[in-house]
Amino acid sequence: MIRIAQLSCGAEYSGIQREIERAAETVGATLVYPEVSLEDILNVESSFGVSVSSGDLNMAMARAVRIVQNPDLADAVIVMTCFRCAEAAIIRSEIRKYIHENSKIPVLSYSFTERTTAETLLTRMEALVTTVKYRGLLAREKQTGLTAGIDSGSTTTKAVVMRDNQVIGTGWNPTTEVLQSAEDALTAALKMSGVAREELQAIGVTGYGRFLVGKHINAKLIQEEITVNSKGAVFLADAQKGPATVIDIGGMDNKAISVQDGIPGGFTMGGICAGASGRFLELTAKRLGVDITELGKLALKGNYQNVAMNSYCIVFGTQSLVNNLAMGRKPEDVAMAACHSVAEQVYEQQLQEVEVKEPVIMVGGTSLIEGLPKAMEELLQIKVTVPKYAQYIGAVGAALLVSGLLED
Amino acid sequence: MAKVIVYPPTSMILSDLVSRMGHKALVVPEAVRNLVTESKIQSPPLNMTPEEPKKGLRYAAVDVPSGVRGRMSLIGPIIEESEAAIIVEDPGWLTGCSGCSRTNELVRLLIRTKGIPVLDLSYPTNDDEARVFVQKIRSFLEGLN
Repeated sequence: MIRIAQLSCGAEYSGIQREIERAAETVGATLVYPEVSLEDILNVESSFGVSVSSGDLNMAMARAVRIVQNPDLADAVIVMTCFRCAEAAIIRSEIRKYIHENSKIPVLSYSFTERTTAETLLTRMEALVTTVKYRGLLAREKQTGLTAGIDSGSTTTKAVVMRDNQVIGTGWNPTTEVLQSAEDALTAALKMSGVAREELQAIGVTGYGRFLVGKHINAKLIQEEITVNSKGAVFLADAQKGPATVIDIGGMDNKAISVQDGIPGGFTMGGICAGASGRFLELTAKRLGVDITELGKLALKGNYQNVAMNSYCIVFGTQSLVNNLAMGRKPEDVAMAACHSVAEQVYEQQLQEVEVKEPVIMVGGTSLIEGLPKAMEELLQIKVTVPKYAQYIGAVGAALLVSGLLED
Repeated sequence: MAKVIVYPPTSMILSDLVSRMGHKALVVPEAVRNLVTESKIQSPPLNMTPEEPKKGLRYAAVDVPSGVRGRMSLIGPIIEESEAAIIVEDPGWLTGCSGCSRTNELVRLLIRTKGIPVLDLSYPTNDDEARVFVQKIRSFLEGLN
């Protein structure tokens, strides 16, 4: 049983403790609360570096100190505080950094409301457990044999076929009916690779539809997208050793993952605002009358500073773009402004929560919209790498990881 | 007999002093007891559910953190019920604390703006101050009669 130490303030009083426990149970983990003494809490200023007015936050910090002193107390850590609490936001981030820097224990931070459910926490908790449970598998650097990976995403379904560490076939289509979309993508990948389905030694599945698709095709590996995507990203970017940061701006949510030796150390997953997703860029392309595949090239010719964007919301943001076009702004400036808006939101809301270390790897279909990595480079002042097959990152990660199970 | 809310709202010492003087102390553990005994247990140990922060909307807006609103769903009703209050400044959170400084601030504000008799005290740091502390509480509570 994987032990996840819960360091939190307000979870009980927000009425979501049962949900946290339910998510942990679902992924086969148990929550633990490292014991601390009164002295530990009173001395948190000297041991951790600060004490605050809220007693529960002091206790969370004291527990973090205890875990760092005795890493055997927990296999993973989840730091949770109330959404919108400024004091807690500072401490949550500092606890995450403290554990990340002073131990090898994977840590996840999350801000909750009373609407947070076990389902919201499930993918995050699953990733946390995976990094502990399958550390050996995640350390795998090469794909062997003949395997396929399917990424059943919210917007598109992707599939790859890999043989002896090479991608030999790819397929993708928009996600409509989940099972059919997966079948179609896999069929396309098999056709391109010239491989018959029966020849496949194993299939790995990730993405939103992973449970449904995985069961349907009898997948050997059904895994959440945080660990799978980070594995796929470092594999394709040839950055399996040392630190890396993976940014995946998806159709429905975004992930920022801090990776060390191919294994996620900390991550955030945002998914509340469509204005920070690929969906916004789709809408922009539609409004500009260009294909989504052309939007990035158009954006590269533009300057976002020529367009006033005063909203991050997908509705008002689109309205803003429409107004700018009506005012005679150039389509290329509008395209770049849209890319910059998405990058800025991810930068402000998610990249502040992980350790951004080079190389920065952007993956997912949106990374092929050239304006987006460029906007991210400008914001981070760091070169952003977009590897080959960036849109197939989840499928590649799944095909790679599942090959590790063949030898077990 | 008056209903007296104490601050910090989880202080058993203050609660005991109020009870000894024949008044009813309004404290959070009492509210928790009601929660865990009067309804079906859905979310042990406190039996707080996502409904509690919604009840807390009566005392704090939706943009206030859920943990504050959840705590206020317990403390708010006892502030409403109170007829007098004892507020101890700088008690140190070991004396009794909601665990959340934002909640503590809101509780003090709501007590003070309710317009009930309030006794303000500093937390004693030695035996002599403690005696004066108890004496002041005693006089205040006798005055409520």
